[in-house]
Amino acid sequence: MPTCPPVTGDVLVILRHAPHGSSWLREGLDAALVAAAFGQSVTLLFQGDGVLALAKGQQGGPLGQKGTAATLDMLAMYDIESVHFDPEALERFGLAQQDLQLPATAVDAGSLPPMIAGHRLVLTF
Amino acid sequence: MRYGLLVEGAPYSSQASHSALRFAMALIARGHRVESVFFYHDGVYNASRLAAPPQDEPHLHDAWCSLHAEHATRLQVCIAAALRRGLLDSREADRHGKSGHSVEPPFELTGLGQLVDLGHSVDRLVTFAP
Repeated sequence: MPTCPPVTGDVLVILRHAPHGSSWLREGLDAALVAAAFGQSVTLLFQGDGVLALAKGQQGGPLGQKGTAATLDMLAMYDIESVHFDPEALERFGLAQQDLQLPATAVDAGSLPPMIAGHRLVLTF
Repeated sequence: MRYGLLVEGAPYSSQASHSALRFAMALIARGHRVESVFFYHDGVYNASRLAAPPQDEPHLHDAWCSLHAEHATRLQVCIAAALRRGLLDSREADRHGKSGHSVEPPFELTGLGQLVDLGHSVDRLVTFAP
């Protein structure tokens, strides 16, 4: 698995929940967008069930939730280009990098501590 | 040290709010300062002034108010997360044509930008999630 060079920034937002079934992912992304709008450099890390949010072709869920695919498309407009995922979780769900909606970099377990240490503020959802 | 707490769990549904409150008290007892508690996600329910838990259980809403009164800790509530869950202060209740309100000082409805500010202005921001 590729290792990731140290990723640094002002704010790291860790997203650990699937895009549907709860509002964790949406509210986590909201926090990321607001931080970016306040001029912070924001890094996103999708971990565990959170990697499902990166899967291409998502639509609104049957519960009437809007889903988060549209928000992911907005990340670039907010200059959030540092997007990372846990490769083991991706594999667990049978997904590959070409299944992802946007360019994202794998972060192996060994690169996590420097990534977390490289951000002044870490928000976990 | 100066601390901020981020509370993301609903009161009485999970341990998150209880733990956050105890952590705040422990910090203060050790001479630290708790600048602000920011309530987000289901944590916003801590702000409901209408909460009426059984008398033999901790009253979390009142405990947060005491924390504010005794130690000047700010109690900030994400306005978007609160409105979505039916929590409004009197101003928002007027604005949305609702006949009552559930949030009042010392809790303040505020934006997520305040969370980012808080995170950068304190020495440590600690998250309490379910």
